Amino acid sequence: MSQLTLVQAVQDALRCALDADNRVILLGEDVGRNGGVFRATEGLQERFGADRVVDTPLSESGILGASVGLAANGMRPVPEIQFLGFIYPGFQQVVAHIARMRWRSQGHYGLPMVVRAPFGGRIRAPELHSESTEAYFIHTPGLTVVAPSNPYDAKGLLLASIEFPDPVIFLEPMRIYRAFRTEVPEAYYTVPLGKAELVKVGEDVTVVTWGTLVRETLEVVHQLERDKGWSIELLDLRTLSPWDEEAVFNSVHKTGRVVVVQEATLQLGLAAEIAARVGEECLLDLEAPVTRVASWDVPPPLFQLEDWHAPTAQRIVNGIERVMIY
Amino acid sequence: MSKKVDEAPTKMDEASSMTQNTGDSTVNKEQIPANPETSVPQDVSPELLQFFYKQMVFIREFDRRLLRLQRAGRLGTYAPVEGQEACQVGSAQAMREGDFLVPTYRDSGAMMLRGFPVSSVLLYWNGRLEGLQIPAGVSVFPLAIPIASQLPHAAGIAWAAKLQHKDQVTLAMFGDGATSEGDFHEAMNFAGVFQLPMVFFCENNQYAISLPVSRQTATETLAEKAAAYGFSGQRVDGGDVLAVYRAVRDAIAKAAMGQGPTLIEALTYRYGAHTTSDDPTKYRTEEELASWRQQDPVVSFGSRLRQWGLWGDAQEQQWQAQVQEKLIQAVAVMEGSPPARPTDLFEHVYAQLPPRLRAQKAALEKEVAQARGGVQ
Repeated sequence: MSQLTLVQAVQDALRCALDADNRVILLGEDVGRNGGVFRATEGLQERFGADRVVDTPLSESGILGASVGLAANGMRPVPEIQFLGFIYPGFQQVVAHIARMRWRSQGHYGLPMVVRAPFGGRIRAPELHSESTEAYFIHTPGLTVVAPSNPYDAKGLLLASIEFPDPVIFLEPMRIYRAFRTEVPEAYYTVPLGKAELVKVGEDVTVVTWGTLVRETLEVVHQLERDKGWSIELLDLRTLSPWDEEAVFNSVHKTGRVVVVQEATLQLGLAAEIAARVGEECLLDLEAPVTRVASWDVPPPLFQLEDWHAPTAQRIVNGIERVMIY
Repeated sequence: MSKKVDEAPTKMDEASSMTQNTGDSTVNKEQIPANPETSVPQDVSPELLQFFYKQMVFIREFDRRLLRLQRAGRLGTYAPVEGQEACQVGSAQAMREGDFLVPTYRDSGAMMLRGFPVSSVLLYWNGRLEGLQIPAGVSVFPLAIPIASQLPHAAGIAWAAKLQHKDQVTLAMFGDGATSEGDFHEAMNFAGVFQLPMVFFCENNQYAISLPVSRQTATETLAEKAAAYGFSGQRVDGGDVLAVYRAVRDAIAKAAMGQGPTLIEALTYRYGAHTTSDDPTKYRTEEELASWRQQDPVVSFGSRLRQWGLWGDAQEQQWQAQVQEKLIQAVAVMEGSPPARPTDLFEHVYAQLPPRLRAQKAALEKEVAQARGGVQ
C-alpha cells in the first residue's frame, strides 16, 4: 500500500496494465518522453519502450482512428486525449466508429480500447481546457463511460476498463488529480464497472454525483448534517454509462428525495436522464421534485468566472434545501 | 532479378518482381502507359490473366443486377461500381493471403474477391443486418460510409501488424474526394511517421458526387501528395487491370519488406450515378462519359486476352452462364432470408447486454407481440 494522488493512481494502473498484458499500448500527444502533460504516463516509456508508450503526431482523429485499427487487429490501445475539449477533431472517430465497430461488424471486430481524457474545469486553464461534456458519450450507444472520484477507484476502474471487451471513455477529474491522497494497493486490482459507490449512508435525501464533485459535495453534506440535522445519503456513480439505476432507485425508495449534482451544463446532462428515470420508476416514493444542480447553460467561461459557472457549495446547499423543505 | 509468374487465383504471395517505385517520392505525370503490351505478359500466369477478366465480368454483371433490383424496389440505395472494375480486381487480387482490406461503400467488387460473400453484399444493400456479418478468417473491414475516416483505421491495422510482427499488409481504398478530408492527412502522416506496412489505393473516378477532381485539389495529381508524407506516390491507369495489379503487387511487396507505405492513384471513371439517388446528367456530359466508355476496362482487357490467344467465344459464353447462375443463387439467398427479427437490433452493440438494454429488449419483444395482435 502507498498513499497516492489520483494522477499517480492512473499512472500506477497503466504500469500494471502494461506489465500484465503485452497487447496494451499507450499512445497520444506527449505521453512518452514527456510523460504526459499531467505526468499520468511519467516513466512508462523508459520502462516499457517507445513501441508500447508511443508519442504520436499531434492528431486526435489519427490517434483515435488508429486505435480502432489497433484494437481490431489484436492490440489493446489506451489512447490519451490531452484534454476532453480537444477530442472534437476526433469526435467522428468516437461516435461513428469506436462506438459502432462491434455492431457494424456484427461481433467480428470488437474494440477493447480505453480513451483516457482529463475533464472538468476550475484549474485556471485557457478556453476548451475545462469541458464537462460527458453527455455526448453517454448519449452514444456502444460506449461505456467511466469517471472516478478518488485514487483507489481511479486505479481499479482503469484496470477494469482496460480488461473490458468494448470501448470505454475514461474521464479523469483533473481538478483533483493532485488534491488528496488515498491508500492504493500496489498490486493489480479492479473495481467493477456499472456499480455506484455508496459514499455515505443517510435516510432523508439521496444526493447523486460523480467525478470532481464527489468530494466537494461530501463536504456540503457533512455541513448540512451538522447545521440542519438532516441525514443525507451520497452516491458516487463512478460509471456514467451504463449508470447504476438499481443503486439510485433503491436509495430513492428509502429517502423519497433526490438531488443530482453535475459539473456539466444543465440541459440534457446525465442529471436530466436520472431525473427522468427516477420519475418513471420511483414516483410514489417522491416527497419532492427531483432537483438538478449543474453549471449554467453557457460556455465554460475564462477562468475569472469559472467558479461561478460550476456548482458552488452554495448551489449544492440550495438544491438540497429545496427538496428538504418542499 | 528473378522473374516469377503470378498465378491465379490465390498464389500471389511471393510477388518478387520489385522493379520500381522504391523510395522515389516524385511522380511521373506521364506515367499512364499508352501502349499495353502486344505479347503475353511473362510475369503473370495465363490463368491469372483469365481470372482478372472473369472477375471483372462478374463484378459488372453483379453491379447491373443490383441496379435492376434497386429499380424494381427489391433493394435499397446502392452505390454502383461500373467503370471501376479494373481498379477493384487489380488491387484486391494483388493482395496476399492474410492481407487486410479496408474498403469504402463502392468497393463491393474488391470485398467479394477477398472473401466477403456475394449474398452478404446483397443483404447489406437490402438493409439487412446479416449483410454486416463477416465470415471467420476474412480480413475485410466493414465498408466505410463516411469519407476518409476508414484511413486512420487502416493505419492502425497496419500498425498492429507491425507491432505483432505479422506478415500482413493493409490495403486502404478511398476515392478522390477523400483526399480533401482531414483523416486522409492524419492517416497518411501516421503511415509515414511510423513506416506502416500499408498501401493507400485511391480510385480517382473524377467526381466526388458532383465535384470534379479539378475543384477538389490544386495539385496536378493526387499521387504527388505522398511526397508531403515522406513516401512515394504513383499514378496508374485504373482502366488497365494489369497495370493496377502490378503497381499494387509491388507496393505490397515493398511494404512487406519493411520499406513503408505507398500511395497509388488509379485513374478511373464511374459510369453510373454516385448512388441510385443521384442524377449525374446534372454535372457530367454525355461526351465525357462516351470517351471513357471507349477505353472500357472490361472490354479492352477482353480483347487483349483474345489477342493473346487466352480467351474465345466458347469461354465467354460459358463464363457468362456461370456468372448468371451465381447471381441467381445470391439473389435467392437474399430473398429467401427469413424476415428480420426486431430484437436483433440489440445484438452486438456490446459484448454483453447492459441492464438497461436488457430491459429495452424485453420492452420491444412485448411491443412486437402487441403489434402483431398476440399476447399482451
